[in-house]
Amino acid sequence: MADSPIIEARGLGTCFGQKKWVLRGLDLVVERGEVVALVGGSGSGKTTLLRHINGLMRPSEGSVRLFGQPLFSGDRLADRALRRRFGMLFQQGALFSALTVFQNVAFPMRELRLLDEDLIRDLVHLKLAQVELKASDAELMPSELSGGMIKRVGLARALALEPELLLLDEPTAGLDPDRSEAFVKLIKQLHAELGLTVVLVTHDLDTLAALAAHVAVLAERRILAYGPLDEIMQIDHPFINGFFGAQRSRIALERGRAVP
Amino acid sequence: MQPPRLSLSDEASAARVILSGTWTLAAISPCYARLSGELAAQNRGVDVGWDLDAIEHLDSVGASMLWRAWGGGFPADVALPDELRVVFERIRAAGQDGPVVRGRGWLDWLAGMGGLAEAFWRNLLGVLALLGRLVLDAGHLLRHPGDTPWREISANLYKAGARALPVTSLVAFLIGVVLSYLSALQLNRFGADVYIVNLLGIGIIRELGPVLVAVLVAGRSGSAMTAQLGVMRVTEEIDALATMGVSRSLRLVFPKVLALAIAMPLITAWTSAMALIGGMVAAQIQVDISYGFFIETLPKVVPVANVWIGLAKGLVFGFLIALLACHFGLQVKPNTESLSSNTTRSVVTAITVVILADAVFAIATRSIGID
Repeated sequence: MADSPIIEARGLGTCFGQKKWVLRGLDLVVERGEVVALVGGSGSGKTTLLRHINGLMRPSEGSVRLFGQPLFSGDRLADRALRRRFGMLFQQGALFSALTVFQNVAFPMRELRLLDEDLIRDLVHLKLAQVELKASDAELMPSELSGGMIKRVGLARALALEPELLLLDEPTAGLDPDRSEAFVKLIKQLHAELGLTVVLVTHDLDTLAALAAHVAVLAERRILAYGPLDEIMQIDHPFINGFFGAQRSRIALERGRAVP
Repeated sequence: MQPPRLSLSDEASAARVILSGTWTLAAISPCYARLSGELAAQNRGVDVGWDLDAIEHLDSVGASMLWRAWGGGFPADVALPDELRVVFERIRAAGQDGPVVRGRGWLDWLAGMGGLAEAFWRNLLGVLALLGRLVLDAGHLLRHPGDTPWREISANLYKAGARALPVTSLVAFLIGVVLSYLSALQLNRFGADVYIVNLLGIGIIRELGPVLVAVLVAGRSGSAMTAQLGVMRVTEEIDALATMGVSRSLRLVFPKVLALAIAMPLITAWTSAMALIGGMVAAQIQVDISYGFFIETLPKVVPVANVWIGLAKGLVFGFLIALLACHFGLQVKPNTESLSSNTTRSVVTAITVVILADAVFAIATRSIGID
């Protein structure tokens, strides 16, 4: 079990409509414990790839295996068990608006139907503490939260079932630089503490430099390059030059590295 | 992966609990009840030593279970590798500010009733305030006719009026048939067949037509208005309008109320006509009253005042339905639960208020239109 990669996508292809291929022949392998950033221009299929990895979309061709198991095995229980092994933080948080913060984080635990309420309460408060929220915030409704808090609660919910893999869609989008830096620190710390594998989609160079050990560049409908950030930056390709080349990005990268 | 295990060592010196295996959520959950029972049993002995060296993997679920079994603190005698200690330290840190638990009091039912009364009062004030805004808007439009939202009015007329015609005509025709069929059977016993025209004419035009339309329109257009305004509240579209200096009452509420107040009398006339046609068809089949006789007799036995009462009812009902729908739509809080409950509330309240208003009409017009 330890041998199989966390994510293994082979020959992935997505076709919208008749002949509009968004992804074609895409291969991606993510090993345990890595932090991988998916970058690419708008419309390059980053979101589509993420939706293949989290099992919201079935690829037109090829397959995705998580933890060595197929995402769509046809067996309901196996599929459900597999989906409980990763956590996803959506861009807008996607908190259940009718539930309080506490109920939002407790929801996946209650869905297991195995733990008792006392333990769930302890665990929810532990998760909230992990994402640096106060116990008094637990009774708030999602509509009463600020943008940064929504992300934190979303993260706490994603962590509720002790996932091995964490998927983050634009984790710092919509946060001011201060909060964004704090959030990056938090993710970094959780990664170190819990030994998670993290895959994130991001546009933000600060986030990228501070978090990601590996970068996967998505262009021309496939993973154009995959490797450590420094190697990626050496590659001569119009998109990579545009994304990393400018002076401002050098500055951002330096600043990102400085984040402890 | 070893399952979580708990065993006792039989050394003479002291009892020790030896934990081994994988203490993670995935491994624990299949045997959670058994494990927590065993843990609770172990802790009864006062001086139990705990040995965690053999644990392969521990996550916060496993650690929380142990922490709880230990009563929220490290036991005196514990063998704990450093990498596991970190997990417990996190729990200890989280436990600093205790969870807030709210209990249930025995007077909650009284508070619930008070809450209902308060909600009724608040809604009443809200509707009155909205009504006041509409009057102010109407005053503004009289002085500045250029601001009239013609487009919205016509769109609402089409959506709530024209699009409602098929369903109301179908329902009305069938009700007319049923009503005529049942009354014809009764009248036939007294040889009073011809009075079916009086019965249907007065009953449908004055009473049934307007109420039937009101119920259908409240369910159809009232709920749509509440949901539309509610979603606009959730997505902050109403706030966006306000920041552009567009009055929400003038642009969103006023056109809906005006359009429904115009459309409802027209739909009422149409629906009553359909119900009468249904009744006429059934009467011809059941008691052999010809179409010609029916049409000729109708204006003679139904004073024209009844038509005006029916149309006036339509106008008032339409106004009330749209006003309530908009009020409840604007009260939606930004969450899904509030949206659904307010839509339900809008329809139920609108139908109730329409029937109340109908009773008021019945009393106020008791001496008009009936020989």
